[in-house]
Amino acid sequence: MAKTQADELAVVGKSLPKPDAMGKVSGQARFADDLMLPRMLFARILRSPLPHARIRQVDASRARAMPGVQAVLTGEDLPIKYGILPVSQDEEALCSEKVRYVGDPVAAVAATDEWIADAALEAIDVSFEALPSVMSIDEALAQPGEPIHPRGNVHKAVALEFGDTEEGLRSADHTREDVVFFEGNTHLPMEQHAAVAQYGQDGKLTVWSSTQTPHYVHRALGKVLELPMSRIRVIATPNGGGFGGKSDIFAHEIVAAKLAMVTGRPVKITLTREEVFYAHRGRHPVLMKVRTGFRRDGRITAMQFQSFLDGGGYGSYGVASTYYTGALQTATYAIPRYRFEGVRLFTNKPPCGPKRGHGTPQPRFALEVHLDKVADELGLDPVAIRRRNLVQPNSQTVNWLRITSCGLEACMDRVVADSRFLERRTAMPSGRGLGFAVSSYLSGAGTAIYWNDMPHSEVQVKVDRGGGVSVLCGAIDIGQGSDHILAAIVAEVLGVSLQDIQLTTADTDLTPIDLGSYSSRVTFMVGNAAIAAAQRVRQRLAEAAARMLHCESDELSFRGGQVGRRDHPGEAISFAQTVQAAEAGEGLISASGSYTPPKLAGPYKGSGVGPSPAYSFSAAVVEVECDPRTGEVRVPEVWIAHDIGRAINPVLVEGQVEGSVYMALGEALMEEQTFRIGVHKFPSMLEYKSPTTLEMPVVHTSLVESLDPEGPFGAKEAGQGPLLPVIPAIANAVYNALGVRIDEIPITPEKVLRALAQPSRRVGPKGVPRFAFPSPIQAARPPEWEGK
Amino acid sequence: MLRLPPLRYLRPTSVEAAAEAVAEHPGAMLIAGGTDLVPNLKRRQFDAPVLVSLRGIAGFDGIQGEPGRGMVIGAGATLDQVATHPALQTAYRALAQAAGFVSTPQIRHMGTIGGNLLVDPRCNYYNQSAAWRQAVGYCLKRDGDICLVARSSPRCWAVSSSDSAPVALALGAELTLRGAEGERRGAAADLYRDDGIVYTTKRADDVIVGIHLPAAPAMTSAYWKLRRRGSFDFPVLGAAVALDWADGMVRVARGALGAAGSRPVEVSHLLTPLVGRRPDDELIAQVAEAAEKPARPLDNTDFSHYWRKRMTRVLIERALRDACGLDPLAGRLTAQTRSGQAA
Amino acid sequence: MKVAVRLRVNGQDTELLVPPYKTVLEILREDLGLTGTKHGCELGECSTCGILVDGKPFLSCLALPLDLEGHEITTIEGLAEGSRPHPLQVTFAELGAAQCGYCTPSMILTAKALLDTDPHPSRAAIQQALAGVLCRCTGYLKIFEAVELAASRHG
Repeated sequence: MAKTQADELAVVGKSLPKPDAMGKVSGQARFADDLMLPRMLFARILRSPLPHARIRQVDASRARAMPGVQAVLTGEDLPIKYGILPVSQDEEALCSEKVRYVGDPVAAVAATDEWIADAALEAIDVSFEALPSVMSIDEALAQPGEPIHPRGNVHKAVALEFGDTEEGLRSADHTREDVVFFEGNTHLPMEQHAAVAQYGQDGKLTVWSSTQTPHYVHRALGKVLELPMSRIRVIATPNGGGFGGKSDIFAHEIVAAKLAMVTGRPVKITLTREEVFYAHRGRHPVLMKVRTGFRRDGRITAMQFQSFLDGGGYGSYGVASTYYTGALQTATYAIPRYRFEGVRLFTNKPPCGPKRGHGTPQPRFALEVHLDKVADELGLDPVAIRRRNLVQPNSQTVNWLRITSCGLEACMDRVVADSRFLERRTAMPSGRGLGFAVSSYLSGAGTAIYWNDMPHSEVQVKVDRGGGVSVLCGAIDIGQGSDHILAAIVAEVLGVSLQDIQLTTADTDLTPIDLGSYSSRVTFMVGNAAIAAAQRVRQRLAEAAARMLHCESDELSFRGGQVGRRDHPGEAISFAQTVQAAEAGEGLISASGSYTPPKLAGPYKGSGVGPSPAYSFSAAVVEVECDPRTGEVRVPEVWIAHDIGRAINPVLVEGQVEGSVYMALGEALMEEQTFRIGVHKFPSMLEYKSPTTLEMPVVHTSLVESLDPEGPFGAKEAGQGPLLPVIPAIANAVYNALGVRIDEIPITPEKVLRALAQPSRRVGPKGVPRFAFPSPIQAARPPEWEGK
Repeated sequence: MLRLPPLRYLRPTSVEAAAEAVAEHPGAMLIAGGTDLVPNLKRRQFDAPVLVSLRGIAGFDGIQGEPGRGMVIGAGATLDQVATHPALQTAYRALAQAAGFVSTPQIRHMGTIGGNLLVDPRCNYYNQSAAWRQAVGYCLKRDGDICLVARSSPRCWAVSSSDSAPVALALGAELTLRGAEGERRGAAADLYRDDGIVYTTKRADDVIVGIHLPAAPAMTSAYWKLRRRGSFDFPVLGAAVALDWADGMVRVARGALGAAGSRPVEVSHLLTPLVGRRPDDELIAQVAEAAEKPARPLDNTDFSHYWRKRMTRVLIERALRDACGLDPLAGRLTAQTRSGQAA
Repeated sequence: MKVAVRLRVNGQDTELLVPPYKTVLEILREDLGLTGTKHGCELGECSTCGILVDGKPFLSCLALPLDLEGHEITTIEGLAEGSRPHPLQVTFAELGAAQCGYCTPSMILTAKALLDTDPHPSRAAIQQALAGVLCRCTGYLKIFEAVELAASRHG
């Protein structure tokens, strides 16, 4: 499928309106909070006002007595712990013993309206015993007072080494060490999380939720509610923005379900915007140290990378996040010896987790500014030093990542040429600068959240005698266009139009598994499963059509709603007739397809994070305009090229790229999730600074099609990768403009002014804390790296 | 969904009836566009058992007069009306600019100029939900004993965050207030008190009826606003200046700073070196550097007060240059001028 | 403590008995079933809940029902003529200007208000007009293009 020529394709490769577009522009799309069920109750959650405290007593008797209050839950009603990762089952839907951040759920009320529910929260008396709180990486390591979790404030420490890096550094002509910091930030989806639950007299529970991962919610509900999964139905509603923020299991989902079970009535919970900031699971604040050896010509001899992650109060995806801060450095540069040490600390803040780029934007920032500085020192330009080290197609990295298709060099060439980067960067007018960076990202994680041998994506296709095609899949569209991928691929294989496709998605009763809209996995995995299912249907239809057209089934083409002989264009029957003939012959025509990624993990512990069936690549040039009097930085123009493998729908891919540029811009210049006196400083849309139309630059987007051999029609991911190069490119552009290094994200006007005033012309962390990492696991290197 | 607390909503059809309604109902508050009051009420920053709406009053939103003789703006005029009014845009440019810089187009269609003059001083320890404020132990402005920005302070340091208020001072505007006890007119500057809680001299039942702009046949003015984004954001600093000219020389210079204290901060007395002169780069830089002194930014808005304090002179310089018809960005001041460290 | 309110929504007069402190956003969604109007903060800080009042962009989360008596309210449901979508709805769909679709109703209504007064706006005018509606998905560029395409089709 990857090698199919573009001119043979009827739907794939075309910029068409996606199937859910008209519903969304007309207001007909039904988001979770739009659901209204008869007798529905409204629930609200009481949250901890303290960052770290023991719960002495919860007295809900006053609340329970209030008219209109139908149920009150406390920690003892939901005692079973859960967590997204099997190794981090450390959360309670309602805390029973301790609270670990301001906003941690403590109790919940279901009432006949939200006014009553709110009033009831105020009538719940909780007695806390305050504990010393830990609000930073340094404080977590210093361990004052009681640790946040019994095993201490160190959640996870990992160390891996591929080849002798000390030796590699010793043999280098030049070494450099940099320490940088990336402040935490959050997804800020426009839609506040919401869930509706209904528990029938038949003992069946249905939960509608704006979740990116209905399957994982399904599993967790089964565990916490002690119900067989066969009696739980989870329906993911269209997500009004996700960006990773709705890919965990949330207390409100469990609470809504439990309240529905207790009251026998439907229950809705919609988080307030403030609560969305507490739900979080966003970008980890990460402090990083990178030390690299280079030969005189710019070739890397070895790299050592350390990361310190400020994880917040619970595990969440944190173990994976920790590994991700060290996993993809090698995916862009051929690093022969590599050591990674990472540690995630618990702090008394909302838990961090996956946000667009999960764990990789922070190290990518570190790496790309580090390389720029080294280029300066070696007298190379920023493009040349990267060219010296570029990863090659069909190669294996030192940490065992299998690189197949790779359009990185083409992406670089494109943005460098289009922006005239090399010609202009040395001749920019005062206050203006150009910066460059590259990156890579996964097209789906090679391993599931929980270890198992089952497929990651499954699709069913059923054809109707009227010519309609039903496609069923667990994938949930979070705005990225996964519905379109499903429909377009099936339409392409069966030669029908998009309008002939009926989608049923993200409903655990009706649809087969897809693991969720995370890790940029949907196009690649759902796409391959859809191809497999559609091809099976096509084969059966072809056999019926061959009998009618008196030819072999492999002589047939499916196109334009017709099934016909490729060599005799006049001889064709309609798709519907074909279905009828096939159905008459053998009954219902339906088939399923599945996708399981190849087993790619290397031979070492910790190798599960990083491998992907394919990698996307991106390169960006950013132009900045700095006001040296105020330190303000504006971005007028961005050039970005992205290796998409193949664009199944170019306009949607461009949308993902542009949206990534937007989100990167916000992170680089203004968004930050910060805390003061133990509390989120400003949990509001107004004070969490999301760029408006007026901050958005002109973006020149180029798509590079490397046709991945395993991707569906050659496609790879687009949703996350293009964010990665933009942030360091902005930092590098600020240096080009003003000669200052802001080694800390976000790059605020204040930091720029401080740097301008300092002899070092730099603002950033001075060092990393003392921490005894475990001695690194010495992993064997792939054969091609031995002896290098 | 964040919801308003239960309350009564009255819609009188005259200003007199509105004033009487407030006087009659203890704790009642006036509401016009609601763009400041409604979010604050939803966060339970104060109680208002009764709201008295001014939106049912006819003829409350007119813009009359002409610059040669002075103009009167009905307090119910929307910010959008003020921002797009041709005579205001030319003769009282700073006011049109300030109105046009408020928040978003949506808010400008709803919010009124009277309401903007009365924006409740803001503080990021105060403009928070009840649960958040409970978590930090509340503050002086509501339910608490201390000011969380300046813990030893006996007063509240919430920040005057109106865009139009400093402009009203710079333009020498006067306001007509009508309350249950009658009507009075006074300088806009007299409306404000230097306190984050009791921030005006207005009685609860006083309705701002009109904003009087003095005759300005030869006035230029400018308003510069510092904020993170081009929309939504309240000012973290505002600089309003108005210059009256005669024979190419400045005759009168007035100015005020917004978001630099709990009320708009008058700096006119520091602009007097401009009077009788034809301002050039050097003079403007000197004056701007001197005029930053009264600004007292604290760490309770967006951005650090370190940065806001250092921006004051730059913003004043730009506003002055703008009002003088010079390229505003070509000024001489940087945040580090005094320390001499900057490039 | 309910009050009688007469609202004109999408050309239809409706009489309601609602608490006077129930915002127009809540009434549209919960009493009139017009869930096309979304909400992201309920504090006027995102404009996701945008509607048109007498053709001008308004925030339903800050508007109280008694104040909108005698005014014309338009929601996203009122934009199509029968089953024929408004040109902006078509171009938003064509150009992928709706990703998650959550800000889309407000974005389209705000753009309509712009085109009604300025049928051929410049890119800068579009940016200014839409500066009050936050979108986290698109980076706004497809939205600008969709407004321009709708304007160009208008002739």
